[in-house]
Amino acid sequence: MSSAVTSVSQSAPEPAAVVADRTTRAAVDYADYPLVPAPRPWRWVGTAVVALGVAAVAWSLATNPRWEWGVVAQWFTARSVINGLAETLKLTAISGVLGFVLGFILALMRLSSSPLLLSVSWTFSWIFRSTPLLVQMLLWYNLGYLYEKISLGIPFTDVRFFEVQTTTLISQFAAAVLGLTLNQAAYSAEIIRGGILSVDQGQLEAAAALGIPAWRRSTRIVLPQAMRAILPNAFNEIIGLVKGTSIVYVLAYSELFYTVQVIYNRTQQVLPLLLVATLWYVVITSVLSVFQYYIERHYSKGAVRTLPLTPLQKARKFFATHAPVRSLR
Amino acid sequence: MSTATLAPPATRGLVEITKVRKSFGAAEVLKGITLTVQPGGVTVIVGPSGSGKSTLLRTINHLEKVDGGFIAIDGELVGYRVRGSRLHELREKEILKQRREIGMVFQNFNLFPHLTALENVTEAPVVAQGRSKAEARERGLELLDRVGLRDRADAYPRQLSGGQQQRVAIARALALDPKILLFDEPTSALDPELVNEVLDVIRELAKSGTTLIIVTHEMGFARDVADTVVFMDQGRIVEQGPPQDIFSNPQEERTRSFFSKVIEPAFNI
Repeated sequence: MSSAVTSVSQSAPEPAAVVADRTTRAAVDYADYPLVPAPRPWRWVGTAVVALGVAAVAWSLATNPRWEWGVVAQWFTARSVINGLAETLKLTAISGVLGFVLGFILALMRLSSSPLLLSVSWTFSWIFRSTPLLVQMLLWYNLGYLYEKISLGIPFTDVRFFEVQTTTLISQFAAAVLGLTLNQAAYSAEIIRGGILSVDQGQLEAAAALGIPAWRRSTRIVLPQAMRAILPNAFNEIIGLVKGTSIVYVLAYSELFYTVQVIYNRTQQVLPLLLVATLWYVVITSVLSVFQYYIERHYSKGAVRTLPLTPLQKARKFFATHAPVRSLR
Repeated sequence: MSTATLAPPATRGLVEITKVRKSFGAAEVLKGITLTVQPGGVTVIVGPSGSGKSTLLRTINHLEKVDGGFIAIDGELVGYRVRGSRLHELREKEILKQRREIGMVFQNFNLFPHLTALENVTEAPVVAQGRSKAEARERGLELLDRVGLRDRADAYPRQLSGGQQQRVAIARALALDPKILLFDEPTSALDPELVNEVLDVIRELAKSGTTLIIVTHEMGFARDVADTVVFMDQGRIVEQGPPQDIFSNPQEERTRSFFSKVIEPAFNI
């Protein structure tokens, strides 16, 4: 650095005058000169390699006849497949909502100062996180083997308000919802608890000092801030649940995956039909990801100084700033 | 902004602290504090870190429960009710009601980051006092105006400087028309150049007739604004009196040695 400075002073015959001139104003006005970015050759090489790879994959998908895209297209919107899809969405929605409601209650129990509530919540999570979902599913479906009748009454007395055969109560649907919900609750309880713990204690204190009631403190002050920590994990769980519903095929419940299996067992077009199911899962996940983006953006209000632009706003800005190019056409 | 919204020179806001004790585990941080704070006065509590100043402040609105002794505001016990010869802790609902009479400003502001400045100010009046949103909004803007931030009403706390955030926090504490305002080192988290904008707001409040209790390390400010200065050390009140007496003519050796350490740098300004 110092050598560069000395070389400059050597080449300039009147260093003092040059320095004085620079501090006042440059001899030439560069303001109108166009700016040229530095060359980035490796970025172009990287871009080319990746583009080539993407093109190769696309080409093979399009031209390899064994993918049987015709068959995929034929079954993609078939009535039975759409019915299966509806069942999948129904299972996801019901067990997702129930799972998170139960998970919220379990999270509050876990944060409670009552040792009984705390340990019951802990044990619940422990049991349901340590047994495979498949086993839980089969267990619920075969509950009739363990308990012949289910009744509602006052415990330890003979009073019964209501009694029913277990096998009539636990249908395939009920077993599926039970299994998925309880499993989901165990995981979401931990996610919600983590989110609540991530909120600064000072927030609760400030709300208490303002005389804001406890329920409102949770819903208005703590939860909205906890949501930032909860949401990414919660969407992971829900997306996992969408595909997790495919495990219900063991109960011969006609959701998307089971439907597709039934079809390919008949037509022997195994891969194209698996592709049909896969594409539908991709569609659902994509839609959920868009929701996730906007919901997370909503809850980042106040956590970032300025909200990042949405893809739509970015596109608008792009066209706005590139307007001269458009006008040239 | 008129002075009509300011409380008249008040007869409310008398704080009587009697033999208050508090321990955290084995450490006793308040060892029998007795102190009377006159209504409408400005009391500044000073002392070294760990002397129990902040803990004492937090017992006044029952954010910290006392282990012994009691605190009364205008003759009403804080956090407890006398029944027979015992003090029964009040239920949450009654404690919240008492807290609404006592505003608090924290060292780290504790503004709600996901709410705008105005929403921070209007939250408690709407929820805790049941005012209409429009009314709370109007009053909120008035308060923000009073701390010089009306034009920043829709900003989120992170978009504000530390000094501005603390001024919003003061407006928020004022929103419930408290008879007592507690300040827990309100300028300690601020850059030196932002300290004065907050102190100026507190100076204004000192004239309003609200009882102010301020824990601070700003000795120049204490001398300037306080009616009474209380010096605490190791969980006890060592000395108290008008600022000119305490600062110029401290009676206790401990007070003298503390001021000799902290006052000199403060006078560099």
